Formats: sequence, structure tokens, C-alpha cells
Amino acid sequence: MAERSFAREVQDLRLGEGQEFRGEGILAVTKALLQSGVSYVAGYQGAPISHLMDVLADAQGILGELGVHFETSASEAAAASTLAASVMYPVRGAVTWKSTAGTNVACDALSNLASGGVTGGALVVIGEDYGEGSSIMQERTHAFAMKSQIWLLDPRPNLPCIVKAVEDGFALSEASNTPVMLQMRIRACHVHGSFIARDNQRPKFTLKEAVENPVRDVSRIVLPPASFLHEQEKIRTRWPAAVKFIKEHGLNEVMPGDIGEVGIITQGGMYNGVMRALAAFGLADVWGATRIPIYVMNVTYPLVDDELVAFCAGKRAVLMVEEGQPDFLEQALHAILRKADVATRLHGKDVLPMGGEYTPLVLTDGLRKFLAAAMPGVLDGAVTPPDPRPVLADPRVQALATALPARPPSFCTGCPERPIFSAMTLVQQELGQHHVAGDIGCHLFALNEPFNIGATTMGYGLGPSSAAALQVAADKRPIAVMGDGGFWHNGLLSGVGNAVFNKHDGVVVVVDNHYSAATGGQDILSSRAENPSRSTNHPIEDAVRGVGAKWVRRIDRTYDVGKLRDMFREALTTRESGPKFIIASSECMLNRQRREKPLFNSAVKRGERMVRPRFGVDEDVCTGDHACIRLSGCPSLSVKKSADPLKEDPVAAIDTSCVGCGNCGEVAEAAVLCPSFYRADIVLNPTRWDRAVAWLRQAVIGRLQRRRAGRRMAAA
Amino acid sequence: MDVAAATDRPIAIAIMAMGGQGGGVLADWIVALAEAQGWVAQATSVPGVAQRTGATIYYVEIIRAVAGRQPVLSLMPVPGDVDVVIAAELMEAGRAVQRGLVTPDRTVLLASSHRSLAMVEKIKPGDGIADPAPVLAAAGAAAKRFVHADMQALAERAGSVISAALFGALAASGALPFARAAFEETIRAAGVGVAASLAAFALGYDAVRSPVAAAAPAPVEAVAVSGGTAAEQAAFARALQRVAAFPEPARAMLGHGLRRVVDYQDVAYGHEYLDIMDRLLALDSAAENFALTAEAARQVAVALAYDDVIRVADLKTRASRFARVRGEVVAGAGEIVETTEFMHPRMAELCATMPARWGLAVERSRLLTAALRWAFERRRRVRTTTVLGFVPLYLVAGLRPRRRTLLRHQREMAHVRAWLALVERHAPGDCRLAVELLKCRRLVKGYSDTHARGASKFDRVTGAVALLAGRDDAADWIRRLRDAALADAEGKLLDGALATIRTL
Repeated sequence: MAERSFAREVQDLRLGEGQEFRGEGILAVTKALLQSGVSYVAGYQGAPISHLMDVLADAQGILGELGVHFETSASEAAAASTLAASVMYPVRGAVTWKSTAGTNVACDALSNLASGGVTGGALVVIGEDYGEGSSIMQERTHAFAMKSQIWLLDPRPNLPCIVKAVEDGFALSEASNTPVMLQMRIRACHVHGSFIARDNQRPKFTLKEAVENPVRDVSRIVLPPASFLHEQEKIRTRWPAAVKFIKEHGLNEVMPGDIGEVGIITQGGMYNGVMRALAAFGLADVWGATRIPIYVMNVTYPLVDDELVAFCAGKRAVLMVEEGQPDFLEQALHAILRKADVATRLHGKDVLPMGGEYTPLVLTDGLRKFLAAAMPGVLDGAVTPPDPRPVLADPRVQALATALPARPPSFCTGCPERPIFSAMTLVQQELGQHHVAGDIGCHLFALNEPFNIGATTMGYGLGPSSAAALQVAADKRPIAVMGDGGFWHNGLLSGVGNAVFNKHDGVVVVVDNHYSAATGGQDILSSRAENPSRSTNHPIEDAVRGVGAKWVRRIDRTYDVGKLRDMFREALTTRESGPKFIIASSECMLNRQRREKPLFNSAVKRGERMVRPRFGVDEDVCTGDHACIRLSGCPSLSVKKSADPLKEDPVAAIDTSCVGCGNCGEVAEAAVLCPSFYRADIVLNPTRWDRAVAWLRQAVIGRLQRRRAGRRMAAA
Repeated sequence: MDVAAATDRPIAIAIMAMGGQGGGVLADWIVALAEAQGWVAQATSVPGVAQRTGATIYYVEIIRAVAGRQPVLSLMPVPGDVDVVIAAELMEAGRAVQRGLVTPDRTVLLASSHRSLAMVEKIKPGDGIADPAPVLAAAGAAAKRFVHADMQALAERAGSVISAALFGALAASGALPFARAAFEETIRAAGVGVAASLAAFALGYDAVRSPVAAAAPAPVEAVAVSGGTAAEQAAFARALQRVAAFPEPARAMLGHGLRRVVDYQDVAYGHEYLDIMDRLLALDSAAENFALTAEAARQVAVALAYDDVIRVADLKTRASRFARVRGEVVAGAGEIVETTEFMHPRMAELCATMPARWGLAVERSRLLTAALRWAFERRRRVRTTTVLGFVPLYLVAGLRPRRRTLLRHQREMAHVRAWLALVERHAPGDCRLAVELLKCRRLVKGYSDTHARGASKFDRVTGAVALLAGRDDAADWIRRLRDAALADAEGKLLDGALATIRTL
């Protein structure tokens, strides 16, 4: 069950000809796929395209009606391989993942696919995870497109253009027998807008027909001599075909403007930013009119040389707006103009930064520099764009630099992964600091305060193998962490198999929270939930033992910090050789709450006896050292100014967001911190028996309390 | 060609929130509101991993629709060009200002003044809470209009979430050209927790329309004495008279201190406390505005009322505490609350709670220690709401009258004597130094290992006096050392500071 349900949005996928679709960009892509008569969709979830997978997962019914096959791939490599169906059969297929991380994983299949070429349209929807909000290394998908000759679409970031790009993408792919990548930036994925829908199309040629009438053509297979022919084909046939299609169907756009001496060439995805920058100088308006001509590259690879030459010819200078580095487009454009002997000066990364996100402020500054160089005077009398710098120079605002605490992402309230790192911290207090190889997933948040655990992160499921070189005779053992998501994505073989085969001696912790949690709580092989359309409940422990691991420990309640700490100690000190595996399992609290809260509340409404656990801190017992927070770091465990005038330091306090996981109490106990923590079990709708017992207890306790209160001289 | 209607511009709204605060819901409401009013709305966000408790921005642009034309709207807030910034937490309001999203010519800044503390503020052994003053100052300087109220508290009062209260604040700000009814209709249309959301909306709305003045400071507590013998009450009355005889600057804190030690032990203990205070007052002067006495009033009381097993048992078995717990966990009238304590008593505490001679004997005998550790030292979950859980703690708390004879007390008193001797030695020559030495007591806190760590920090800081005595900046150095000791748990900064001193 995914973190977010699209039960309502899914109904919009049924919208027909002429009806208005309102929603997120990534949902628009989903609808566009159905409008394009796609036969199969596959992918691997990850921001910013997780919702595309989640929507399809919730839309199984509609997909069934249309005869669309949907797979939640084990990895991006599996997703890319799925496109093989379009090599010989005239079926349209789409796959999706986050890039560049996912594209790296998918490359093997992508290269082979691109070499042999496709018959049916093959579309890769790329979530370009670049700039603010990105969680990965800052690279460009553009390089992959160039090296494999896969066409790259970068449409203007509004729903109608995005939908058109999907439909054009399939057609372009079929016209040039080449897979096509549709690049969606983070904000475009999440942008809310609307477009006029068309009817969904049933695939003309079904997968059933394909399987029942197999076709093969050895010339499509990447094997000498065919592979050499493929390269020639790419250059001689497919590339020209693509350029021809792009020109004939006007995939790229020219926005006319009256100041013809200069022009702007931009990636489609940057268009809105460029228009806002122009508007800031009064050179464009919010309705799309511009005074400076713009050539919009909705296709950023391949380039259409003569369109570019035609646009630039006769201009004094043009500005290439290309986000990210290296400056592939600018370099290509230089070559194109040089070969065509066009004297137009080309600006780009000289007035705009080489790296980093092109924010409105960056674009405004770049545009100012460009116009100053290319057309002095054009800005005379122009509106001065809004500029925050005067305010930012104010000493009171400057003072914020030191006044604001950083707020990096961390484990959620009640997260079952936190106690794992509490235990690790405790064991390191005993046995000293160890080398801890991190992985990809929520557990990576241990890098930050309060745990500060984790030395490297090499990729999804690569935690254990990134500690491979350190598997040498030493007084300490390296520790590697990996999540269940990473485990099934890659870790079982690259991590576990590799460690067993190479007789590693280190410790591997598999954090099993029952979902691919960081990407939105999608189900995976070891998920404990019953999933009607997927096969779940395959224990990680069986898989680990299955590839030959001997020392395997499993704990099914990670909140038992003491037990976990002892497990770590044993793993780090046992004389047994071979890799030591600890599988720490507890359900992701976000998903658990989403599952249990409604049930709990309705049960209470029905008047059933329910017990709600909550934790608290005795303010007058807490001495304000905050050791508990340094070992737990739960968002609901905070500090507050004490009401006691004698207490100078703030005391620990648990707010109402507490879900009663008990980690704080367990930590205080395991670390022998202090007796401040208490658990309060609130009995809702108590039975008559409950009330009787409670009354009896209170009678005795109350009497004793009154007795002592009477003897104690108290002053208020 | 001329740029048509270049004056048309969208209304830009940025929402600064943290993961789980419902910033997305608020953005959705604004979009739904605008679309219902026949406007075009575009909203974007960059959740990513920020969903997991990190800071994140939602950005909305809305513009009156024009038939047959599609606006080109920005996907990112344009610094200097934002009409409304809604901050769901005070520091996030500061972050918006820092990002240049709040400018005097344009921006209405609506912020919740509550704090959701960041990890770095919570993990300091001392007080790491960031000062809100600079943020309020910067926001006031940068915004065209800055409205702030504790929207979190308002939302909780209405049994709803902060996004609803903020939506109300937005409606009241008049920053959007839509009527209050339209806002409320949006909430109804969304159809989740409507009643509670509307209540929170109304509170948020009023908070902006008619801001309530800050609550007046709590009145000075009246003296109401209860329980105990007539003799004890009389003795306490005398103690209060002694307090009244102290100079004004120290009186208030002395009142608190006296109550603490009397509550901790007995009235006689209160007089012992005042005896110590008399001694210190003798060393103090009006010239220093009795700073020494005022500070000692707090620190000595804390030192005398050290945290021991008896105190913990005492506090946890009081009727007042039972009531407080019910309040903290918001238990309803008809609901039963069962409380469980997490305890892990160790040999150290056991010996400390024995009469001094026994305690020392046990500590010396390795065999006895081992035996008792085996029999006694383990984690204990005590259910204080059951008779069997309550009675043992009640009995431990009952040891209070004998406390003076116990090992722990003798050790604590020895520590206090040494500390005060140090203070009294330096008070005549360097009063400020003496005050700083008093303040060092703040370093000793916590239980078991935490307590040991604190005590060692205390010793290292006060020990530095030997190196500093006679310097006229000795007091400042002790203060620096203490701050360093409170800055991190391991005491790395303290080591550094001490190293510096040795080079002086």
C-alpha cells in the first residue's frame, strides 16, 4: 500500500474527449500514456516520479479495461529491459524512473535497446532529480541520450505541452525506430494545472497477439556483425528520420518578438523561467507575448541544425539557456553556427552560471548581462526587475545567518529505524567508533544529528559491497547498512551474495520496514501486507540464508534497543567467521499509522474498549541534560522551558504527535539515562471491570497519598 | 509588436512548512479556492526527502482567467516578487526572509509564532533553543505587513491542524480578493474534518483581525501552608521572615529555593539552607547589587535538593503528579490512565541509599557488590497505578526522614561544602568570579553516567580557578568554560577551552 492513495485522481484517468483534466504534471503523463494507446507500463518508484507508479498501481481496474500490462519493476534495469517488447512487436511501451540515479542502473538495457532499435514506440519518462529538493548527485540525463542516441524531450512545463510531448514521443520513437526519453523536472512533476483530455486508446496490437505469434530478427540483436550495422543505422537512418519528424511536426517552437536583433534559445523546461525573467524587464507578459524572439527546444537531443541556423541568422547575438553542466547544447550550437558560417555571437554559460539551478533571480541577472553585452541601451527605460538584495543587505536580515537553525530531513515520529541507530550508538560507546557504510533510503538520515552515523553511500543496495575493501584482518569489523528496498533492488546479489562469496567478516544490517518507504511506501517482495496484484510476504531472512549466509539474526521489534545493542555487540565480537547479518524489522510508522489510525478511531466510535499508549516526561524529574534526545532524536521528543524557576536549562517534553512507539523509554532504560520517562496507557471505552479495578486501586493509592500529604508540611 | 496587458500579474503565494505540517493541504485549498472563483491556479512543490520532517516550500500563482488564453506562470517563487508568504513555524518565516521572498514593497508575511525545535537546538546539554528575537526583527523589517500568532495552539484548541488556522489567517489578511465565505466553502468542499477545520479557520481568522495582547506575567504566588505539625508550620513562618530580611534582589529566588528544599526534605533543612545564605550574604555587597546572594539562592537550593532515588520515588507517587499525567496525555473524563515507569536502578544508587557505613562496606566488598548486583540490578517497569507497583515506590519515598544518614547525602554535602568553600575564598577578592563559580553547579545534573559526566565537567571547570585566580578576566574565563561544557556532551569544546587557558 503506497503512502498516498490516488483512488480519487484515478477516476480522472477515465475522462474523455473534451473534458478538462486538473491535477499534477505526473498524473497528466499517466493520462497521456492511456490516450496514446500504450500497451505496457513499467518502472521503479522514486522522487519525483513515484506518483506515476502509485497512480498506475491504484488504477489497475482501468488498465485492465484497456488491456494495459503494468509492472512494478524490481529495478530500473528491469524496467528498461521491459521495453524489449517493443523491439519486434508494434506495441507502445513506457517505463519510468528517477534520473540520473535510475538511468545509471538502467544503462545496460538502454544501450542494447538503443543499438538494436525499436518497432513500437518506446518511451522512458525521466524524473530529472536536479536542483532544490533533489536527493541525489547533480548530473544530467542529456549525456546518456547522446552516448546511446536516445532522443530527449524537454517540454515546456505546462500540462498541455507535457501531454503533447508524450504523444509526440511515441510517434517520434516509431518514426525513427529509436527509444525516446521524456525529461520531467521536479517542479514539472508536481505542478498543478489542467488540460483538455482525449479518449483513452486501446492498443491496436495486443501483447496477447505478440506472445502467440512470436517474431524474431537476428539483425535486431546486439551481436556482431549486427552491432556494427546498428551504429551505421543510427547515423544514416534513424537520426535523419528523427530530425525530419521533429521539423515536420514542429516539435520545437519559435515565439516571435519585435526585437529581432537578439534572440533566446532555451530548453523547453526553462521556458517559464525565461518568460518570468523577460517580464521582469517588461519585455514579456504573463500571457506569453515576448518582445525578444525565443526558440524553444522541446527536443533537446537531437538538435535540428537548420532550424537553429535559421533562428540565429541575421541576429547580433543569441542567449543559450541551458541548465546543468557540462554545456552540451552550447558547445553543439557553437559547432552548428561555425559550420554554417553564421557570425551571430553566442552567449550562455558566460553570462549564466555553469552549474546549479537556474532560479528566476539567476535568469534575470543572466538576461541583464546578455542584453548589456549584445544590445546596449535596450534596457534603457525598462522596468527595473524586483530585487530582494536591498532587503537582504539589511543588518537585521543579515543577522538571520546565525539565528536560524538548520532543519535537515530526519526520521519521522515513531520511526522504527531510529532505535537501530540508538543501539548502534550505544554499542559504539562500548566498542569504539566503527566504519559504517551507508546506503540509499530513510536510514541514510542517520548521517545527521543526533546519530552522525555513516561514512559513504555508493548507491541503492550497494552498502555492503561499498565496505568490501575493508574486509581485512583488523581489531574492528566494518558495518554496512542497507534497507529492504535496496536489498531487493540490488543488495541481495551485490551485497549479500558478494559478501558470502568473498567470505567477508563484517556486519551487514538490513533495515526492514516492510515497504520501499523512502519512495512513498510501495510494496516489495518482503512486505507483510497482502497485496491482491503482487506476491508479497517473502522473508528477507530466507533470501539471505538462501545465498549461503550462516550467521543471521533477526529482530522483529526494533524498538527493543537493549536486545538490538546486544545483537550488535555479538556480531562485532563473535569469533565466527563470514559475514554477520542482522535483519532489523519493524513496520514503517508512517504507513502503520495510515493503516491503523482509521481502524482505531472507528473502533473507539463503535464504543469498543481500546488502549492508546502515549509517552511522557516527568518535568520535575528531568534535569535537562537531553541525553535522551541525543540517543533518540524523535520529532515528538522535544524540549521546553521549565515552569520551575530553579531550572535554568529546558527540560525534555513529548508533544501530542507521539504515537507511543516507546523508543524514548527503551533508550532511557537501555542507556540507564534517567527515570523521567513514563508510558501512559489510556483505556478508551473502559469496561465495567476496568472501572471497578481502577476505582479499587485509586481507593488504596489515594488513601496512602492523602496520608503522606497530611504529614508533609507543604507551602504553595 | 507591443506587450499586451503587461500590467497583468499573478498573485504569488509561498508556503513555508515542514514535512507533516499539511503545507500541501493548504496549497490545495488555495488552488481549489481560486479555481472555484474562476481564476487560473498553478501550484508546485519540491517535497522529495523534505517530506521527512525537513523544511519545504509550496508555491502557488493565481490569476484571473482570460478566455482563450493560457498564462505562463513561474514554477518557483521569485525573490522580491512574492505577495503572500505563509510560514507554518517561526524559524521557517525567518528562512523565507533569508531567501529574499519577503520584501517591504510587496509581501504580506503570515507566520505561526510557535516553535518546532530543530535537532541542533534539542541535543545541546544546556539551553540550545534559538532566540526568536532576531527572526521577529528581520521579519518586521522585511515584510510590508507582518502578522504572527501561535496558529499551532489555535489549531489544537479547535482539535484541527495548523493548515486550517493558517487558511483563516490568509482569509483575514485580505491578501486574496476572495470573501471569507468562499474560503470556508473550500474547506466544506474538501470534506475532511470539516467542523474542526472551520473552527480552526475561525480562530486563525480572528487572530489576524483582532490580535490578542500577550498574556500578563503570572501573579506572585501567595503563601498557603498545609499539612505538617503546628511546630513545623511555625518554623516555616520563621523561615519566611528570614527570607523577608534578605535584600530585595535575592528575595524572590530565595522564596522559591526555600520552598524547594522544604518540599525536598523538611523545614529544618530549609533553615540550614538559609544559614548558608546568611554566610554568603555577609560576603556580598549592595555595590554588586547582591548578585552573589541572588545567584546563590538558586544554585544552593538546587545543590541541596539533589536528585536521588528517594526524590524520584517521592515525585512519582504524588497525587498531583497523577493528575498532571492525565493532563499531559490528554485523557478524557471517562477514560482510565495506567502509568508505567521506566527504571534501571544500579548498585551505585542502592549503596547510596544505604546508611553511610553499610553503603561503604558493600562498595568495598567485591563479593557483596557482585551478589547484590546479580540480585538487584536490572531494568524495571513499575506500574505506579497498580497497588503492587505503587507501594514499593511509596516506601522508598518514605525514607525521606532518614535521608541525612544515607551515604549519598554525606557525599553530596561534602561536595557542596567544597564548592561553597571555593566560592567563599574568592568572593572577597573577586565577586564576579565567585558568582560564576556558583553558576557552575548547573553542570551537575542527570542520573548515573550522565551525572558522573556532569560532575567531572564541574570539577574540570572549577578546577581551572587555580590557573585563573588573580586575573581580572577570571570570571569571564569561567563563564566561557561553563558555556563550552554545556555546548556538547563529550566536552570536546571544554577540552579546547582548557587547553587555551593553559597557554595564558
